[in-house]
Amino acid sequence: MSRTITIEPITRIEGHGKITLMLNDSGTVDNALFQVTQFRGFEKLSEGRRFREMPSLMARVCGICPVAHLIAGAKACDQILAVKVPETGSLIREAINLGQIVQSHALSFFYLSVPDMVMGFDANPMDRNILGVLKKNPQMASDGIRLRKFGQTIIELLAGKRVHPAAIIAGGVSDPCSADVRDKILADIPEMLRIVQRNLDWYKQALNQNGTSSLRVSKFVDEIRTFANMKSLFMGLVNDDGELDFYDGKIRFVDSSRKIVADKLDPANYQDYIAEHVENWTFLKFPYYKPMGYPKGMYRVGPLARLNVVDRCGTPQADLELSEFRGLSSGAVLSSFYYHHARLIEILYSLEKLEQLLSEPAFTGNKTRAVAGPNNLEGVGMAEAPRGTLIHHYKVDEHGVMQWANLIIASGHNNMAMNHGIMQVARHFVKGEKIEEGMLNRVEAVIRAFDPCLSCSTHAAGKMPLKIELARPNGEVVHTLTQG
Amino acid sequence: MSSSVKIKTLTIDERQVGAREDQTILDVARENGIKIPTLCSLKGLSAYGGCRMCIVEIAGTPKLLPSCMTTVEEGMVVTTNSDRIKKYRRSLLELYFSERNHVCSVCATNGYCELQSMAQEVEMTHVHFPYMYPQLDIDATHERFILDHNRCISCTRCVRVCDEIEGAHTLDIKDRGIDIRVITDLDHPWGESETCTQCGKCVHVCPTGALIERGKSVGEMSKRKQLLPYLTKMREAHE
Repeated sequence: MSRTITIEPITRIEGHGKITLMLNDSGTVDNALFQVTQFRGFEKLSEGRRFREMPSLMARVCGICPVAHLIAGAKACDQILAVKVPETGSLIREAINLGQIVQSHALSFFYLSVPDMVMGFDANPMDRNILGVLKKNPQMASDGIRLRKFGQTIIELLAGKRVHPAAIIAGGVSDPCSADVRDKILADIPEMLRIVQRNLDWYKQALNQNGTSSLRVSKFVDEIRTFANMKSLFMGLVNDDGELDFYDGKIRFVDSSRKIVADKLDPANYQDYIAEHVENWTFLKFPYYKPMGYPKGMYRVGPLARLNVVDRCGTPQADLELSEFRGLSSGAVLSSFYYHHARLIEILYSLEKLEQLLSEPAFTGNKTRAVAGPNNLEGVGMAEAPRGTLIHHYKVDEHGVMQWANLIIASGHNNMAMNHGIMQVARHFVKGEKIEEGMLNRVEAVIRAFDPCLSCSTHAAGKMPLKIELARPNGEVVHTLTQG
Repeated sequence: MSSSVKIKTLTIDERQVGAREDQTILDVARENGIKIPTLCSLKGLSAYGGCRMCIVEIAGTPKLLPSCMTTVEEGMVVTTNSDRIKKYRRSLLELYFSERNHVCSVCATNGYCELQSMAQEVEMTHVHFPYMYPQLDIDATHERFILDHNRCISCTRCVRVCDEIEGAHTLDIKDRGIDIRVITDLDHPWGESETCTQCGKCVHVCPTGALIERGKSVGEMSKRKQLLPYLTKMREAHE
């Protein structure tokens, strides 16, 4: 007998969405949909506003990664001004962005995903959370809190406040950085590097069975095999040397064998290579690689994609970890379970990169912004947010009043992959008449691996009680499960 | 002081004070260090009586009266800060916030706005009226300044300073009540104005982010509060 299972909302992710699983007569999953059911319409409400308000206005899309929106928005405004941001302004922006990568990745890994790894996917949900981790592995919980705090402190010190700072503006940043602030941040970096390294070692060892060193023989082998483990393209920004670049760079696409499909694409021409498909059952659109069409042009973004896309990270310790990461697969690393691993490597890279940036003499320069009026009628800003490539595209009139905006958010790029992922994982784990909580937790966990921000991607708001229902086609509910 | 001006004695907040007969309650209160909140009033400009934040209670009068427009009388007993007044001030302020799109977080005057600081002063915690969310334009046609109707509270400080101090009378108002709008010349775009001297006084007397200088990002537009008192003083010195 066919039936439908709904998981609503998905827990331990940013924002609110639901998953619908449709089971056939034999009790296996026929179809799986990742649905985002709300929207806020930020693009529309920006029309008629001053373009200089846009970075701050669009940052209100999200309280987790406002800095990413500030950066992409400010970069779009730079193009409208037709200016080159002074070196000091660029360095400070880049450092703030790295601070955000650290805090957001720490949140995703330690707060949201580690509970599944430490406590187990089938553990009691009452224990399967950061407090449970605190009891079982206090050092790890404390490391997560410490790392996140460090990232947030960087944002506060360089941009004025932790959430929604106003310092990232059209043309640069509003305030220079003093030598004292720079030294304060630099002084904490060695400890943070030790923390990340400690947890990378834990990740690699704790996930292995019987002490074996091969990551392929993991105690989560089933999850690794089924968490959106599939062929797809990968997209990310790389610099001229093919290294990770969260702030600038050009777009590169690689395929599942890590062969470059397209390289050095100008962010300003994103519409030439990215198109968006719309489905009537979700507010989240489906971007795809335009030359390959929909749905063949499915690609992934974010930590896993970035590490697949680059030739190297560009910092010593992160590059060592990357070479080990490459050993997971002969081509691109395909299982989305490894987003977690990639996230830790990116934290390591961010800390090393921060150390490099802060050591630049220009970092404490006084010239932090370029001053100009609107000189172009259009601007595209692109940057790597924690969850992937973020695109802000603005059009203004001759006086600088917003006429149109388009935002493509990291979580949106991954929409197709997330939908494939829940189908794969649900088919493997969800079977039979009775729903086990652990089965559904895995379906949620595949979404969690992508660390999507649904607030960002659809600008959604609101909170719903979690209720999972197993219903017959006539609407008769045969089983209900309530979480959290 | 002319010998023909009479002196009145009155009580403000249980204090006996003396005043010239042509003075308003607001003037006398300020002279005696008694703070009455205002938004449209500004030293150096004529009184307008539009914002109603300076309402006071006068014994024997059931209505609350604006202290900026009410002249003193002998034996008057004035209360400036009762619970009733506080409630009315808060409600008035909530109406201001509900009437247009005052989004502080992305405003150039965030942190320097008199409307914002007034909300803190009168302990406004919520807006209990439904927001109207009117669709209002921004006039960004001027070379140096921007007029954002979304953030205007119709205090007319800009209109008065343009007329009374600069003498250009570029700015004025059209329509009434909730439809009131500040206009330039005969409701033409500001950038096309032939009367505007580009002096910027309007920007610096504006209590909110309705009038700002171009190029200012969020929280960057502080107003030069001493500009008008300075100009007034210097002009008086030259007369």
